[in-house]
Amino acid sequence: MGYQWNWGVFFQPSATGDDTYLGWMFAGFKMTIGLSLSAWVIALLLGALVGVLRTVPNKLLAGIATAYVELFRNIPLLVQLFIWYFVLPELLPESLGNAFKQSHPVLQQFFASMVCLGLFTSARVAEQVRSGINSLPKGQKNAGLALGFTLPQTYRFVMLPMAFRLVVPPLTSEFLNIFKNSAVCSTIGLLELAAQGRQLVDYTAQPYESFIAVTLAYIAINVVVMTLMHKFERRIAVPGYIGGK
Amino acid sequence: MIKIANVSKNYGDFKVLTDCTTSVSKGEVIVVCGPSGSGKSTLIKCVNGLEPFQAGEIIVDGTSVGDPKTNLSKLRARVGMVFQNFELFPHMSITQNLAIAQVKVLGRKQDEAMDKGLKLLDRVGLKAQANKFPGQLSGGQQQRVAIARALAMDPICMLFDEPTSALDPEMVNEVLDVMTELAQEGMTMMCVTHEMGFARRVANRVIFMDHGRIVEDDEKEAFFANPRSERAQQFLAKILHH
Repeated sequence: MGYQWNWGVFFQPSATGDDTYLGWMFAGFKMTIGLSLSAWVIALLLGALVGVLRTVPNKLLAGIATAYVELFRNIPLLVQLFIWYFVLPELLPESLGNAFKQSHPVLQQFFASMVCLGLFTSARVAEQVRSGINSLPKGQKNAGLALGFTLPQTYRFVMLPMAFRLVVPPLTSEFLNIFKNSAVCSTIGLLELAAQGRQLVDYTAQPYESFIAVTLAYIAINVVVMTLMHKFERRIAVPGYIGGK
Repeated sequence: MIKIANVSKNYGDFKVLTDCTTSVSKGEVIVVCGPSGSGKSTLIKCVNGLEPFQAGEIIVDGTSVGDPKTNLSKLRARVGMVFQNFELFPHMSITQNLAIAQVKVLGRKQDEAMDKGLKLLDRVGLKAQANKFPGQLSGGQQQRVAIARALAMDPICMLFDEPTSALDPEMVNEVLDVMTELAQEGMTMMCVTHEMGFARRVANRVIFMDHGRIVEDDEKEAFFANPRSERAQQFLAKILHH
């Protein structure tokens, strides 16, 4: 088909002259990792909190948590991103909105992307945490309470340690998803891995090489995440119980 | 020690408990029996407030369980409970299971709690299993640990909710032996169980429940020799065969 393969393209100096195209790729790679990890921290903390609240007897707290999950789960990620990036700065108090708009463009993109991905994923994490808690035998909670633990103590010492162990596998796939979903943030101009791939095509007209490299980079990230999570899963396994010896 | 007065409970229209009244004195051993769905487990869970009830009053050692001002956690720390499915905490070793509530609820030192736990473990014959995890023990062993865990809190009374129902037949006796010993030492006990042999040996009184009502509440001898209600007669006839 007359395509000119040229793997050497990565080592050519980039159009802006201060880097190679491989350097561009690596910058995108770092951006993807930085964005995904920081969003994952938000997602885990908020998701754990919201997931727990969905299971508490207090109807008001459980209701707020349910509303939170439904809100962030039922709006497409792309739409949420546009809202965070384009709409919300307009709705903020003027001084705060202006401060956001006057900050460095990359910072704006990164901040909006991190919050958006973090909250979107937190709703999904919350659902996993909730299902983990609900899958514990009901007697566990009673046993904790019967020993004189308060409800928060029962969560802390009895229910959550087991619930989190149960949901490590589904949380692993959410963790993988956050890296993949981060590609959506290229739509607001954030130069993460996918955006760098596209930029490379624009500058070098070598789409196959560019996107093969992008693909391999995503696969590499996910293989590392899966390996680490698998190790983690084995480390926290309970003897005589799921996954334990 | 435990006073249950006119307690009623319902889920919507469904009445789980109707006007239940009885009492347990210090050192007394009460066996609660009855067909499944008769409300016996619910009644015993009302005693330490694990199940709320809508009417009546339960007083445990001078404290009203139903009173919203009662600090239920404090009360529960003094009332031991053993469950049908053992409910040990699977992610903790046996010694941790025995120590954690002593440390977090009673404020005992870790060493002190460990010592006490090991002593009780020895007492239920499981010292060798101290460093194992619940999933590595048999059902009977787990239930004995659960009894030791409850005893570690120095309870004023013990509630047993069908402690042998989930066990293989050959493990029932090792648990009943521990319970019998406990009763002989003067522990106040309320036991939901179908083990009529146990009731005969150690109970002072037997309560028979049906459809959420206390149908019989009698001295053990009277209950076994001459149950008054027809329902209790049928029940005994069925389960005393073997």
